[in-house]
Amino acid sequence: MSEKNIVLHVENVTMQFGGVIAVNNLSLDVPEGEIIALIGPNGAGKTTAFNCITGVYEPTNGLVEFCGLPMVRNFPHGKMKKQYLGENGDKYIHDPAISPTPDKITALGIARTFQNIRLWKSMTVFDNVLTAKHMRAKQNVFSATFRTSAKEERRMREETAALLEEQDLLQYKDELATSLPYGLQRRLEIARALATEPKLLLLDEPAAGMNPQETQELGVFIQEIRDKYGLTVFLIEHHMDLVMKISDYIYVIDFGSEIARGVPRDIQNDQRVIDAYLGVSEE
Amino acid sequence: MEKTLRKDPAKKIGSAIAICLIAALYILLFLLDNVLPANGFTLMLIPVLKKGAIYSLICVSMNLLNGFTGLFSLGQAGFLLVGAYAYAIFAIPADQHPAVYQYFDGGAIGFSIPEALGKLLGENAGAFLGSIICIIIAGLVAAGFAALIGIPVLRLKSDYLAIATLGFAEIIRAIFQWNSLGPVTNGSNMLRKYTSLSAIKIGSVKLATVFPFLIAMVCIGLIVLLINSSYGRAFKAIRDDEIAAEAMGISLFKHKMLSFVISSFFAGVGGALLAMYQTTIQASAFKSAMTYEILLIVVIGGIGSISGSCIASFLYIACNEWWLRFLDSGSFFGISVPFFRDGFRKVVFSVLIMVIVLFFSRGIMGDKELSFAGLVRKLSGKKAAQAAEGGDGK
Repeated sequence: MSEKNIVLHVENVTMQFGGVIAVNNLSLDVPEGEIIALIGPNGAGKTTAFNCITGVYEPTNGLVEFCGLPMVRNFPHGKMKKQYLGENGDKYIHDPAISPTPDKITALGIARTFQNIRLWKSMTVFDNVLTAKHMRAKQNVFSATFRTSAKEERRMREETAALLEEQDLLQYKDELATSLPYGLQRRLEIARALATEPKLLLLDEPAAGMNPQETQELGVFIQEIRDKYGLTVFLIEHHMDLVMKISDYIYVIDFGSEIARGVPRDIQNDQRVIDAYLGVSEE
Repeated sequence: MEKTLRKDPAKKIGSAIAICLIAALYILLFLLDNVLPANGFTLMLIPVLKKGAIYSLICVSMNLLNGFTGLFSLGQAGFLLVGAYAYAIFAIPADQHPAVYQYFDGGAIGFSIPEALGKLLGENAGAFLGSIICIIIAGLVAAGFAALIGIPVLRLKSDYLAIATLGFAEIIRAIFQWNSLGPVTNGSNMLRKYTSLSAIKIGSVKLATVFPFLIAMVCIGLIVLLINSSYGRAFKAIRDDEIAAEAMGISLFKHKMLSFVISSFFAGVGGALLAMYQTTIQASAFKSAMTYEILLIVVIGGIGSISGSCIASFLYIACNEWWLRFLDSGSFFGISVPFFRDGFRKVVFSVLIMVIVLFFSRGIMGDKELSFAGLVRKLSGKKAAQAAEGGDGK
């Protein structure tokens, strides 16, 4: 594990809302080309951790690095200075120059999907993917309006068609994104994320609401796209069979704090994890 | 995909019909300006057409912001005012300045662009080119104001954005009425004597009705090109789901600003045309009621439909200025009706609007566009539809 490049490095990240610590002192590493899972019971802070990484929230404390480049760095300041309940409060400095918005983080090469599917409702399947290509297009508003960058537009359309073809979605290209069956909407959301040409793909509960058959197909699909596009995948998931099957390494959190980390076989037999999921009998 | 679309016969016929209709429209407008005699009918029709064309542009510019980017902005009247004033200020001939700026010693600006060009190119060509230059300046000034206002305002969302833009529009109106700016804006007095639509001629050919149609068509064409470009798709993505748009790398602030500035540019152009149409302008006319009027047209036409906004503009202006006039006149086909007195038109109009909003809650067009290709497909029935589908599927 240590020989591989670390794509995403999260260090002592704490996210505190008012007096509630949603993510507590989370540290993890995502090595290149692997599938890493973050699991935990409901309300454990998984999605909050994702939001800290993708710039939706600015973490109260901690450091996030992408490919060795510091992306977010913060320490409890302002109102949080007195309220802060977490650890390592004096370890980091705040750097306003690197507190990017989600779009800048996506431009660095991190794409994500959402727990509750967020496709663009009024657009067709094709346009959903095409619009995600907008960020990387070499054009400005004048060249786009006056069609002087028509070559760029044609390239975007060809790439979109190719991407949809690869994801078996080309036959639905003119349908409204929301008219697709649930499983395909999930797949379209992943295709849309791939259109931003990411290095790291964050999947927020990709198997939510899927039946066992669909879940199994999804597992194969995630491994396929990982190999095909040279991606690193970091996912949140509830379906244990899926996580155990495809992940190379698992982090388990509960109530915001890490309770275990390890390869799937160790996690399966870890008493703390079983307790967190099934509850501990009070004796 | 592009190639197969071009082969689509319905599309070909549709665009042919569209071109023919546009050509017929311009011939009609040309005839109205020059040949047809002025009688009761044309005296009503011509102003309705002019104002309808100008309102189409204004409503489409608002639709770009409200319908396509999902920014609920109510500042349109402010940008119209900026455009109208910017146009008028640069288009008042020098020798009229003492008369117009009578309380401000002839004003601070001692030249007019149409006049200056008129000296170089002859009066008519000067008026034509000069007014176009003034219109572009009007758009740019309005866009500049929008860029400044956008920095604080576009960080707000939904209703808060509406309140803030409404407030800024009122502030703009107050500033333009401010006495200290009198040498430029003539304070709260009206601006007049500038190059108006009736001065637009080529030789002895009058273009008073053709001109607003021409400018509006070019501007709406540009907006349509923008909406169908990659940037237009990004705007729609922001409208549909801001969080997803940002996560897909679309910078919210940059794109909202673009949409706001471009919309204001065209609102400024619309304001300039309105000034040309009205021959006099006064800041006190650009109240928030004007924004609501525009918003109403956009809603009636369909939020997110360019052709809907255009159709609704003409219908609204025609009803308001012409077809429902009889309601104010006290008599109906010679029969005296006591209800029909001043203001009754507004009552009927409100009921009409309520009916439209209740029964066509998505407006005339919804978010669809009027497409002659679609009409051809519908009319020519199954065979053409199948052929078209075959063409699309390849």
